[in-house]
Amino acid sequence: MPGAIYAEGLVKTFGDVKALDGVDLDVPEGTVLGLLGPNGAGKTTTVRCLTTLLRPDSGRAVVAGIDVLEQPDAVRRSIGLSGQFAAVDEYLTGRENLQMVGQLYQMRAKAAKERAAELLEQFHLADAADRPTKTYSGGMRRRLDLAAALVVSPPVMFMDEPTTGLDPRNRQQLWEVIKQLVSGGTTLLLTTQYLEEADHLAHDIAVVDHGRVIAKGTADQLKARTGGERVEVVVHEREHIQAAAEVLAGFGKGDTTVEEHMRKLTAPVTGGAKLLAEVIRELDTRGIEIDDIGLRRPTLDDVFLSLTGHVAEAKNEENDKEAAK
Amino acid sequence: MSAVTDTVRVAPAANPVSQSIRDSLVVAKRNLIRMSRIPEMIIYGLIQPIMFVVLFTYVFGGSMQIGGSTSAVDYKNFLMAGIFAQTVTFATASSGAGIADDMHKGLIDRFRSLPMARGAVLTGRTLADSVQTALTLVVLAVVALLVGWRVGSDGDTNLGKVLGAFGLLLLLGYAFTWIGALIGMSVRTPEAATSSGLIWLFPVTFISNAFVDTSHMTPWLRHIAEWNPFSATVQACRVLFANPGQSQSDAWPMQHPVWASLIYSILILVVFRTLAVRKYRSATA
Repeated sequence: MPGAIYAEGLVKTFGDVKALDGVDLDVPEGTVLGLLGPNGAGKTTTVRCLTTLLRPDSGRAVVAGIDVLEQPDAVRRSIGLSGQFAAVDEYLTGRENLQMVGQLYQMRAKAAKERAAELLEQFHLADAADRPTKTYSGGMRRRLDLAAALVVSPPVMFMDEPTTGLDPRNRQQLWEVIKQLVSGGTTLLLTTQYLEEADHLAHDIAVVDHGRVIAKGTADQLKARTGGERVEVVVHEREHIQAAAEVLAGFGKGDTTVEEHMRKLTAPVTGGAKLLAEVIRELDTRGIEIDDIGLRRPTLDDVFLSLTGHVAEAKNEENDKEAAK
Repeated sequence: MSAVTDTVRVAPAANPVSQSIRDSLVVAKRNLIRMSRIPEMIIYGLIQPIMFVVLFTYVFGGSMQIGGSTSAVDYKNFLMAGIFAQTVTFATASSGAGIADDMHKGLIDRFRSLPMARGAVLTGRTLADSVQTALTLVVLAVVALLVGWRVGSDGDTNLGKVLGAFGLLLLLGYAFTWIGALIGMSVRTPEAATSSGLIWLFPVTFISNAFVDTSHMTPWLRHIAEWNPFSATVQACRVLFANPGQSQSDAWPMQHPVWASLIYSILILVVFRTLAVRKYRSATA
């Protein structure tokens, strides 16, 4: 039985640019797939193909058991889409927006009205329900956009970068809403550039780059690929680097990497906190003074770097500058 | 990955015609609510034609020759059909801008992901614009009466004919909003839709019988003016209003203006609606 969202060999070309180069996906019912990748990797194009907004050049897609290319109208009845840009009418009130969407999902006017009231309550928008949405904050608009996607409680949901541009508090709030939703059995495909977000919300992660899925698995599986946990040591004196490297070689399960200018050594290990204590004792015995030591599990950033050879996103200006160099 | 064998067959939705009407009305309601919350748009939409009435009447009024007469009263009665017709075509720009704005803000994506009738987003918009056009016409007619416009100034008419003229005007305006809809989906920004929605309207409305008697134009320009779809509606209005300055030309649309106006408007409506709805299906924000 194929999953609630299934795609096979999706290809989409815009002019010379191959936005999708054979995307395969299979999302089992009731699970969350995080589609992770940098800007321009093909995340949004994938979502647009699966939600009938864009016709792929080739390939096949099935959503909620319905063929997307053959019966797009039927697919639209079974999905909810929440976009990157909060797609609500800014001159309509929150209530009017939700009622309109309900009616366009072919609900009767009365049922749409009741459902709108219910959602406004659920998304903590009841107080602002009768204000035009242009007076809403960014977080409120996102919540309304998400509510609009949930009007008919569709079995399959798509969220294209739901928290991009939100502050941490609003992001946290939206995460809670998404978790609740998923616990109700909805199948969700979520795109994100935030590695933390995929780790937090998704059962499975598909990493996309240049229009292809380059890796798939749970967050833990992907992390394991990059080689489990590691010890990171920053020594105080430059001349101690060699000695520290010898210590780590004794504990490490692989090659120790040395960043000379930062006096930082990293070695893959197994054994957790207990091993860390032993490393510290050994360094101490040899009189090697350290500035910092820690046990680090690989982040999805490391995963992305090891998969693609480049950083997932320009997180801040510093990264941009480094990229420019 | 498991192979896909069966997909579900879903029964089509209820009667597509009634769904289409219902969805169009839902979207029209949305656009009317919007317009009511941006009253300045309606007010600016009124100022321009009122200004034209006043300027043309008092500035050009005394020096225009209409049917051999230079009377300002005759020009006033001649002019109004032209101003009415020009006003209804200007709704094109607001339709285009509205749709471009929806594209720009991602609302079209939301609509396109919903199980709604194909053309409803555009039909709803063009219907709402026509409601606004109708309101503008009412206000404009009152202003025209205030500055001295009178129906039946050059023959007999009746209420039915006058209402028929306004019907033709609304139909022309509705047909033109579909040109606006197509423009709105073809440009990148609402600003571009507004300007590109207006620019071409100037030659269309000026190379016509709207403001001057076409018999004074050089022959090639006169032919264009007489066959201009816009001129047909203006001529039809003058005939139905029984206002002076009706073209005596042999050109078919000038001889049968009501039919010509109907045929032209329906033709524009069908062609541009088809193009616009097709464009909507493949639109990308």
